[in-house]
Amino acid sequence: MRWLAEVHVALRPGIADPEGETIASGLRSLGYRTVSDVRAGKLLRIAFEIDEPAAAEAAVEEMCRRLLANPVMETATWELRADEQQDADPALP
Amino acid sequence: MTIAAAPQVAVVVFPGTWSERDFADVADALGWQARLAWHTETELGRVDAVVLPGGFAHGDHLRTGAIARFSPIMRAVEAFAAGGGPVLGSCNGFQVLTEAGLLPGALLRNNHLEFRCDWQWLRCERAIGPWLSSLAAGDAIRLPISHGEGRYFADDATLDDLESSGRVVLRYADASGAVTQAANPNGSLRGIAGIVNERGNVLGLMPHPERASDAELGGDDGLRLFRSLERWLQEQPAAAERL
Repeated sequence: MRWLAEVHVALRPGIADPEGETIASGLRSLGYRTVSDVRAGKLLRIAFEIDEPAAAEAAVEEMCRRLLANPVMETATWELRADEQQDADPALP
Repeated sequence: MTIAAAPQVAVVVFPGTWSERDFADVADALGWQARLAWHTETELGRVDAVVLPGGFAHGDHLRTGAIARFSPIMRAVEAFAAGGGPVLGSCNGFQVLTEAGLLPGALLRNNHLEFRCDWQWLRCERAIGPWLSSLAAGDAIRLPISHGEGRYFADDATLDDLESSGRVVLRYADASGAVTQAANPNGSLRGIAGIVNERGNVLGLMPHPERASDAELGGDDGLRLFRSLERWLQEQPAAAERL
């Protein structure tokens, strides 16, 4: 079974995010004067195969813990769904 | 009486490392034996010290040092460090050491978002371990920095622990050795430029001592770190036997 995980990695709240601050400043200079805060981060879209839904969730958690985010300064959140489109067997009529 | 052998140093090279030849040149000039150790190697061999140089290991993709920490050679570096062997991580090497958990904290994007390449004064806060034994607390040294992601970060409890255990060894300073906000080139918390592990044998610092080891190239304060290692090794004749 194919899965698609969208992992969002962001700096922990409270850690200065100069990239986000610069983007916020850019938005304000374009006239969006009510923009008070922007936090920048990363989006990682991960396609993988695994049979058990519970194992898929556990796999994403493990990927985040081992590599995708550094808990010293980052958080990871994700959305996981079955990748139905790519699950279809192209050989079938 | 025995004649001390020339120090044997392994300089670790990841894809994207850029300072390994500068380290090797300094080692040559000092009469050391330096070996470049490719990241896929699993053994360091019989060495007295290990250097993780600056650069952009694996393109710094995902995070600085995030991929490099899983390189096979890092298992050997971790074992060497655990045995008390001297390990120096400069710039990207410091970032790799934090990702590998050999040093606490992390290095984040400079607070001004610029890559900063400049001479920088540093204050030695504590002259401990193999790499700083020739310095004294309060000494000001001048080394180049060259990084876009050198903002040292750790949570308050970790910072307090580093301070109380005397493991903050280098801070960004002005020429008089005064640690000021204006002298901080990247927004590092508490002006931290270099820290050591609990045993003091692993040093991580953002500046580049290898680029300040020849007076003709603008300064040689970096030599003090390498001279420290020589002195430390002479005081510990068993060091080379450890492996």
